[in-house]
Amino acid sequence: MNITLKVWRQKNSKERGRFETYHVKDVSADMSFLEMFDVLNEDLITEGKEPIAFDHDCREGICGMCSMYINGRPHGPLQGVTTCQLHMRSFKDGDTIVVEPWRAAAFPVIKDLAVDRSSFDRIMAAGGFVSVNTGNAQDANSILIPKTDADLAFESAACIGCGACVAACKNSSAMLFVSAKVSQLALLPQGQVERHERVISMVNQMDEEGFGSCTNTGACEAECPKNISVENIARLNREYLSAKIAK
Amino acid sequence: MTSSKLDAHIPEGHMAEKWSKYRSTVHLVNPANKRHLEVIVVGSGLAGASAAATLAELGYKVKVFCFQDSARRAHSIAAQGGINAAKNYQNDGDSVYRLFYDTVKGGDYRSREANTHRLAEVSGNIIDQCVAQGVPFAREYGGLLSNRSFGGVLVQRTFYAAGQTGQQLLLGAYSALMRQVGTGAIKMYARHEMLDIVNIDGKCRGIIARNLITGELERHFGHAVLLCSGGYGNVYYLSTNAMGSNVTAAWKAHKKGAFFGNPCYTQIHPTCIPVSGDHQSKLTLMSESLRNDGRIWVPKKKEDAEAIRAGKLNPNDIKPDDRDYYLERRYPAYGNLVPRDVASRAAKERCDAGFGVNATGEAVFLDFAYNLRYKYGQMEATKHGIENPTEQQLFDLGKEVVKEKYGNLFDMYKQITGVDPYHNPMMIYPAVHYTMGGLWVDYNLMTTVPGLYALGEANFSDHGANRLGASALMQGLADGYFVIPYTIGDYLSHEIGTKAISTDHEAFVEAENGVKEKLNKLMNVKGTKSVDHFHKKLGKIMWEKCGMARNASGLKEAITEIQELRKQFWADVRIPGEQNEFNPELEKAGRVADFLELGELMCMDALQRNESCGGHFREEYQTEEGEAKRDDENFAFVSAWERTGDNQWTMHKEELKFEYIKIAQRSYK
Repeated sequence: MNITLKVWRQKNSKERGRFETYHVKDVSADMSFLEMFDVLNEDLITEGKEPIAFDHDCREGICGMCSMYINGRPHGPLQGVTTCQLHMRSFKDGDTIVVEPWRAAAFPVIKDLAVDRSSFDRIMAAGGFVSVNTGNAQDANSILIPKTDADLAFESAACIGCGACVAACKNSSAMLFVSAKVSQLALLPQGQVERHERVISMVNQMDEEGFGSCTNTGACEAECPKNISVENIARLNREYLSAKIAK
Repeated sequence: MTSSKLDAHIPEGHMAEKWSKYRSTVHLVNPANKRHLEVIVVGSGLAGASAAATLAELGYKVKVFCFQDSARRAHSIAAQGGINAAKNYQNDGDSVYRLFYDTVKGGDYRSREANTHRLAEVSGNIIDQCVAQGVPFAREYGGLLSNRSFGGVLVQRTFYAAGQTGQQLLLGAYSALMRQVGTGAIKMYARHEMLDIVNIDGKCRGIIARNLITGELERHFGHAVLLCSGGYGNVYYLSTNAMGSNVTAAWKAHKKGAFFGNPCYTQIHPTCIPVSGDHQSKLTLMSESLRNDGRIWVPKKKEDAEAIRAGKLNPNDIKPDDRDYYLERRYPAYGNLVPRDVASRAAKERCDAGFGVNATGEAVFLDFAYNLRYKYGQMEATKHGIENPTEQQLFDLGKEVVKEKYGNLFDMYKQITGVDPYHNPMMIYPAVHYTMGGLWVDYNLMTTVPGLYALGEANFSDHGANRLGASALMQGLADGYFVIPYTIGDYLSHEIGTKAISTDHEAFVEAENGVKEKLNKLMNVKGTKSVDHFHKKLGKIMWEKCGMARNASGLKEAITEIQELRKQFWADVRIPGEQNEFNPELEKAGRVADFLELGELMCMDALQRNESCGGHFREEYQTEEGEAKRDDENFAFVSAWERTGDNQWTMHKEELKFEYIKIAQRSYK
């Protein structure tokens, strides 16, 4: 099939960007969306033009590096699928596809479709951990965890930190990302000791990074490639409130 | 005889006591001195993140570098099935010795006993540590940890978190790393790529790194440098590695004096989604844990295979008697759970014989239909008191169980192929997955350059000629959490008098100039072909002539072809954009330039090893039944390659002595 792409091009964080139009011919339905970009870039290089910069690495939906905003939706049209796992069979011949970078003040553009998500790392450094030095641990089976709690914690821990929740949110809020980590550790006995301190530190850092507030729209959940639930946000709010009261 | 240039520094004493004795007697560094000792960690996967966090906890000053935009993206994250540990929680006869034995046997008796034993010893601590961090492993209803089976073993010792074990372990190590970043003990350099090491007076003292956003070159000093930069499977272009996985850090170290161990040992994983076309950029693994419940088969009759290939026959319509469950047929004891190298070769054998089942003829079936209905479905039906369940009931009940165990893998398969694996058998074919070879290291994990260490997949030491499933995660974390924190003290205790060396030192200037020159050279070729063009060509040569099966004449041809391709690359590669900006094509070019050198060395190593062992299968050396035929008399050694000039090498041997395991023909029958 033949596809028309309108892609955001921006030389660096300082210069203004613009949309450019490209035509990609003979696209196979078995190609992934990123492989179509590979083909386009190969053509651009051969023509002596500059290829489109985009982030990607594992190409199996788990590293969280790919980050395209496709036809107005982070990671494109499918539910629970990252850009790298999106295949061209989801499109049809003659389609025009608009591709933009994540848009959020806390994710400045580096070049074209690549953005800087180091703000997520700083939130994690503020409290997204259990303080346990190597060598201190007791036998693993001495901590009993009900299966339902372990499963719930796992569902929250499945977040890949891609930032689609922020890109989808009209307020550019990072609540889904932060709440997933807070929930994982709040649901497990290992996380209890630091639960109050953790939630306050992480939320403070989130605010400092310039993410917006949550207004319970739920776009984050709808667009999350790992189906992280907004229930995590409810849990985060409860954790935050009880931490503030306890303080 | 072991070369005089190689000393593995294996402690004296009985195997079971070596490590505990070593730990009790190794030199220590006073906490006050640790604050003045700086360690550079390159790579933030399981080995790098766990090492960095632990060293920072101990009080060292640590800098961590990774080329991704965050430490959490390292490719360890993609590991699916699980992590081994000799906990014996299942009471099925597991022990440290058994894990040690399975690993050495699985590696086809080409690993170093002392390192492998230590790996088995610390394996249990890893699970404890990860659980303490909040890693949500799968659990039973009583709240205890759950285990599953993996290839090459007869016990259940694999801990897992659905099909995302690597992700959960890496996020655990990443959280420990970020905690230390928060305290200021670690400085993190994401989107930085190491492009050289700096040696001063015979010791590694730092690195040159390129800031990938600005293109600037930076000099960083360290009293010691740890390379935790992963494996080199991407030399084949198509592999299950991430797009960015590369050999560059290890290769630059090799060029500065670190010997490269067993470069030809490559693991071809039997269960990957087959290639669909020329546009293919990477291959996707379907976890080995699927072999637990799936059965691998091809049609018994060639005409059935042909009909399937032509799309005229639905595989579900082939009767059980007309299916060849070739692994169960050839290896009745281990069946579908034979080690990866054995399973891969068996798949190739069937496809080469004309029984392949997809359009290219290079695929076999991995089928869940049986266990889904008659194991899980029946179990659930019994549980729910349903007598005489219908086929549909069995399917529905079984599907729920399979979904919980492997749901994300089934979804991924459907997403990539467009075929629903709950209703149709998956098609799979072997693909490059892991490299057992890597930088040669001694017992301390130090390379032949003093002060330079290699951890995880980047070193060669623990898996011999074939790695068992769920052992890569174990090794990465063992090296980082429990080995290097002790062994580095042995070196750094002698460095407490060494003040931080200024990066204005001439060795830093010289190294930076060398990197600059190389980058200029790449940018100035201004040829006509893209980096990928050359990478794909290299991959094809490697896969066809140094892949699942190798022979002397093919390897000789490959060496000539790679040399020629390397010349073309340096004459005709085109890198758009500028050097001093975010330029992914330039990054790729540097990595492919290194692969073009490594590929030749891999072929040389495969050519000198006139035997078959593990993942290294030389067609000239096989038994009548087509199994790998080792030559223990002449090849029970590690080949450690020293670079002596531009694309010139000398091979040194480290003799492998098996004192605690009786070396034997590997049998899974």
